[in-house]
Amino acid sequence: MLLDDEDIRRALTRIAHEIIERDKGAEGLVLVGIANRGDHLARRLAREIERIEGSRVPVGVLDITFYRDDIGLRAEAPEVHETRIDVDITGRTVVLVDDVLFTGRTIRAAMDALTDFGRPARISLAVLVDRGHRELPIRADFVGKNLPTRRDDDVRVQVRELDGADAVLVEEQALEPALELEPSLEQRSGSAHEGAAT
Amino acid sequence: MNRHVLSMHDLSADDVVRVLDTAESFREVGSRVIKKVPALRGRTVVNLFLEDSTRTRISFELAAKRLSADVINFSASGSSVAKGESLKDTALTLQAMGADAIVIRHSSSGSALQLTKWVDGHVLNAGDGTHEHPTQALLDLYTMREKLGRLEGLRVAIVGDVLHSRVARSLSFGLVKMGAEVTLIGPPTLIPPDAPSWGVQVSYDIDGVIPKLDVCYMLRVQRERQRLEYFPSVREYNRLFGLTAARAAVLPEGSLIMHPGPMNRGVEIDSDVTDLPGAVIEEQVTNGIAVRMSLLYLLLGGGSAASGTDESDEREVARA
Repeated sequence: MLLDDEDIRRALTRIAHEIIERDKGAEGLVLVGIANRGDHLARRLAREIERIEGSRVPVGVLDITFYRDDIGLRAEAPEVHETRIDVDITGRTVVLVDDVLFTGRTIRAAMDALTDFGRPARISLAVLVDRGHRELPIRADFVGKNLPTRRDDDVRVQVRELDGADAVLVEEQALEPALELEPSLEQRSGSAHEGAAT
Repeated sequence: MNRHVLSMHDLSADDVVRVLDTAESFREVGSRVIKKVPALRGRTVVNLFLEDSTRTRISFELAAKRLSADVINFSASGSSVAKGESLKDTALTLQAMGADAIVIRHSSSGSALQLTKWVDGHVLNAGDGTHEHPTQALLDLYTMREKLGRLEGLRVAIVGDVLHSRVARSLSFGLVKMGAEVTLIGPPTLIPPDAPSWGVQVSYDIDGVIPKLDVCYMLRVQRERQRLEYFPSVREYNRLFGLTAARAAVLPEGSLIMHPGPMNRGVEIDSDVTDLPGAVIEEQVTNGIAVRMSLLYLLLGGGSAASGTDESDEREVARA
């Protein structure tokens, strides 16, 4: 285990402070979490910000499935989660929230998706873990923890809302090599969708 | 999921739930300012409509366009079919042009199945003769689940010309699969003799059934498929089996009135009934786009065209 629930709580508290420090408050802010772990983190960040600033920050959830760049490369159509953004994001500062930043493809897809909802004044990115290995020119503005990993490591974020407890786990791939050839393995493991393609 | 969707029998109960759940997400897409997602960019969907249709063709066209697929509409008039080209030659032409999916509407039962023997792409049955119309059934199931919160245990009557209705067949199969209780109602001449084997009840008395319904589903009297002798007169049909205002008043509170369209007002359904709060006929149309997007996405969103993907994966794993 790399981060336990206390580490995660502290990291989110710090990120909440950093967000309102940079934006000088919470006005015009919208948090959009990427399904299906980022949205839980976004809700917690919003609660933190409300505790610190006393103002409510709208939270949306975004599923990026329809914007993936690997549709058709997979054997089965990827499972779709809920999207709900109830506020007009045009002119606002949107902070995208995700659990793991890896190749950057999820974030690329998320930015494409967001622009279908409106034209934010600015989009920034908050992640709990940045594990490196970018394939696109994308970086996070707010990072809970930088985590050097091997490309084939399996980084898994658990949130209590879905997994019963908060934790960041890394499994090094010392398993038999045959598993690497199975393309859907990473998906099935329920890890961050960052891995296989986005 | 099955490679083609020709019949409700091609979908398991789990598949149906998956299609309806995914359609939920597409409903959300339909509520955005920009109602289009890039999910099927680069895929080609051919609408092969060899029988007249408005809503199904437009619905499929809109569904494919909102998924960013390229859409080709092909109808009998104004095409090589009007010059006498056979279905097979038409199919081979579409195949040669690289259609990833063909949506077919045809007046002959079994034409969609026949098409699968000639083309590599996915085939979606948009109505074949008096056989099946699975996407209509799926959008009806979606609408019922959305409005009533469940499918299991729902009491549904399908009323009218069941004999000629591909909608009635697909919807019955779908409802029975999902655990609903279906009663077919109509004049004995318009109830198919094998109906009891579908797992449904049959009744000739609409007034006896109506007070216990969650959904009253009215079928169009298909005059184009009928000979005159199925019932004596339109007026008598309306009096015995039409959903009149008086009958609609007997429906339980909160129950739905549905119709696949196009309606024959004054025949199977009275005009003022369609304005009642329980009538969800326009919602059916709206939901049809989301359900067809869902189906196209689930069929075309995985694997590349032909059947290659799964097999080659297996081979790789086997080699390793």
